[in-house]
Amino acid sequence: MAIRRAGAPSTTDIDMTPMIDVTFQLITFFLFIMNFSEAEQDDRIQLPLSQLAKPVEGLIEKPITLQLTNSGNVIYAGELVAVRDIGTYLEREKMAMRDSGREPNTATVIVRADGRAQAGEVQDIIRICQDKGFERFALRAQYDEGR
Amino acid sequence: MPRRQSALPDKIAIDMTPMIDVVFQLISFFMFSLKVVSPEGDFDIRMPLAAAAAAAPDDQQVPPVRVKLSAAADGSLESITMNGTPLATFDQLHQQIMALVGTDSGPNSLAENTEVEFDCDYSLKYSHVVQAITAVSGRIQDGQIVELIRRIKFTPPKKPAE
Repeated sequence: MAIRRAGAPSTTDIDMTPMIDVTFQLITFFLFIMNFSEAEQDDRIQLPLSQLAKPVEGLIEKPITLQLTNSGNVIYAGELVAVRDIGTYLEREKMAMRDSGREPNTATVIVRADGRAQAGEVQDIIRICQDKGFERFALRAQYDEGR
Repeated sequence: MPRRQSALPDKIAIDMTPMIDVVFQLISFFMFSLKVVSPEGDFDIRMPLAAAAAAAPDDQQVPPVRVKLSAAADGSLESITMNGTPLATFDQLHQQIMALVGTDSGPNSLAENTEVEFDCDYSLKYSHVVQAITAVSGRIQDGQIVELIRRIKFTPPKKPAE
């Protein structure tokens, strides 16, 4: 039997195991729910709701994301651009694509337009993209669970 | 000089402080970088330039269903017309599409060959366009999406004179 010396103040041993267990579980939780996909999303855009807009399975390969704000401007790669000016940027995308051996008609243009924006502006965007040779579009909407 | 008792093995106390520091930093990193993402989905549209599309006539091609969406002055929806027939709601549009293509689905079916062309007023709010696309694209039945028409196109935009 171990004899403890009563005179000397002994250090209290705290059992750290449960705390470390919990913290590691927390880390794992955050790791799993973190979204590593590079989907471009902007809080300025309020997407229209649709009950058919179920999340897409599988990633779209190297998409071009154009986000149309309520005020009729396009957010492209984090920059605010007027709709009529996106042609210049798309031309650059097209050149870069051709350099890497891809044709613009194989690329998908994701249109994240605000529900309050004018339909004509979305059509303008599509028309400009078509002029540059893009023909695959994905009109993005938010999944509506309410109805 | 202190002398160590070599016979009795001492319990080695590991200093946990750096590890706990790192672990808490990791937790806070994940907590702050966490972004709650609302589920989003796409409506896929394949729309080559009109000239290229017109050059390739198809025997299977059914004439496109023309859906006209008119806007009021404030951009809200004023009227829906399908092939010239006025409709009151998007539900009615959905019923009409159902009546047109029926339950025929799958490869080379009527639903697959039918194309819907949307003619929207320039100032119409985009959310109404998405409602219309939803009405023609399908419905939810027992939690599953039943697809109707996938071929969707738009008429060229008609910008009002400024």
